[in-house]
Amino acid sequence: MRKLFLPLVLLTASPLLSAAQMDIEVEIPRLEVAEYHRPYVALWLEQDGQHVANLSVWYDIKMKDNEGEKWLKDMRQWWRRSGRTLEFPVDGISAATRAPGVHTLTFSASDEALKGLQAGEFQLLVEAAREVGGRELLRIPLQWPISQQQTGEARGSHELGRVAATLTP
Amino acid sequence: MKTFTKLGLLTLATCLSFSAHAHRSWMLPSATVLSGDAPWVTVDAAVSNDIFYFEHFPLQIEGVGQPFVRPGAQPPATANGKPAPQPMQRPRANLQIQRPDGSLAQPQFGNIGRYRSTFDVELDQKGTWKLAIANQGLFASYEENGERKRWSGKLEDVKTAIPAKADKLQVTQSSSRMEVFVTSGAPTEQVLTPAGKGLELAPVTHPNDLVHGEAARFVFLLDGKPAANVKVTLIREGIRYRDTLDEIELTTNDQGELSVDWPQAGMYWMEAVSSMPVKDDSPVTQRRDSYTATLEVMAP
Repeated sequence: MRKLFLPLVLLTASPLLSAAQMDIEVEIPRLEVAEYHRPYVALWLEQDGQHVANLSVWYDIKMKDNEGEKWLKDMRQWWRRSGRTLEFPVDGISAATRAPGVHTLTFSASDEALKGLQAGEFQLLVEAAREVGGRELLRIPLQWPISQQQTGEARGSHELGRVAATLTP
Repeated sequence: MKTFTKLGLLTLATCLSFSAHAHRSWMLPSATVLSGDAPWVTVDAAVSNDIFYFEHFPLQIEGVGQPFVRPGAQPPATANGKPAPQPMQRPRANLQIQRPDGSLAQPQFGNIGRYRSTFDVELDQKGTWKLAIANQGLFASYEENGERKRWSGKLEDVKTAIPAKADKLQVTQSSSRMEVFVTSGAPTEQVLTPAGKGLELAPVTHPNDLVHGEAARFVFLLDGKPAANVKVTLIREGIRYRDTLDEIELTTNDQGELSVDWPQAGMYWMEAVSSMPVKDDSPVTQRRDSYTATLEVMAP
């Protein structure tokens, strides 16, 4: 998946900008529960305690009358930092929920979301909330700009598995 | 019947205005932070001793269910042969449901039960909504020939209704305001504009943006001006599952301001009371203004 995506990123990025990128792996754990629903997941960036940009929000985008938006607030920290000010669906951000397994997202350093970062530490936040289940928030500290290879990871205990970020210059 | 009404009014006054008598009126929303196109909230309203438990009477609200009649109730005779007050005679409270733009909405699916009334609100506009019940009253107590008497009515009737030779006359003018805030999407400020009458909350921290671990700042206003030395009590839900009430007692400073450090997330009942003697040439000797709100503090 990453191999397929990389040339595309290289093609679309302006040659004047760096081809640096951020790869994020999000593991949705397989849970042995009587009633399982895929979790809602929000991924965003913060710097100095401030919301900088949303990367992706996975929720039930197919329900009629936008009923799936009713539970967006369960990702309560993301809802307070950003979600509550948005009109849904959000272009390039809203996406369907995902099945258990490891999911990879790739963002070019020239991507709109990453452009708002100032030099220094920033954080990748991943918040998951599951219907009839729990909620979990993970933070991964990283450095901007991407001057050398960096990795950061965090491990959830119930709603999220391993979440990892790899920054490649 | 007329006596009933008067007694009923007195009971209402006791319930709504004098928390020292233990019974508290409150409204409890199903949620205060909501997402989605037009989410609904359902609200319980009751009069009870313990906060957020239904154990005494429903809060009777105009337009919410039928006036409450206790099944099979006969007014029990009291020692002096007079019938005891019946809650069915209480005037029903006037609920105002304000949309974020200030327009008014009606309660829906209203129902009244033995211990609580319920109604729903469809949040058909994004922003912060306010649900408010405001009351004013005038109450007098005095002794006539050694017998303690009570009266309630209008200010202009005080002189004719109360005998000139009444002893220990106390005339209390009271106001109470009960509020609940709920927000669909991002919080807005319009419904927070004070009316300039009675005791009111002028939040510095938005009442739907309260989070455990962050201090909240509130200003209280009396007739629109900062109210110093107002006693404020906060009680967290779930009293039944702990041994102590754990109430938070605070007092506003000279600017009418106070800061709350929430011990944990949850629903809180907040009561503020301002009480002071009145020294002008009106018959009123005492003024008592109260403000209550149900506040939800979110986990971080």
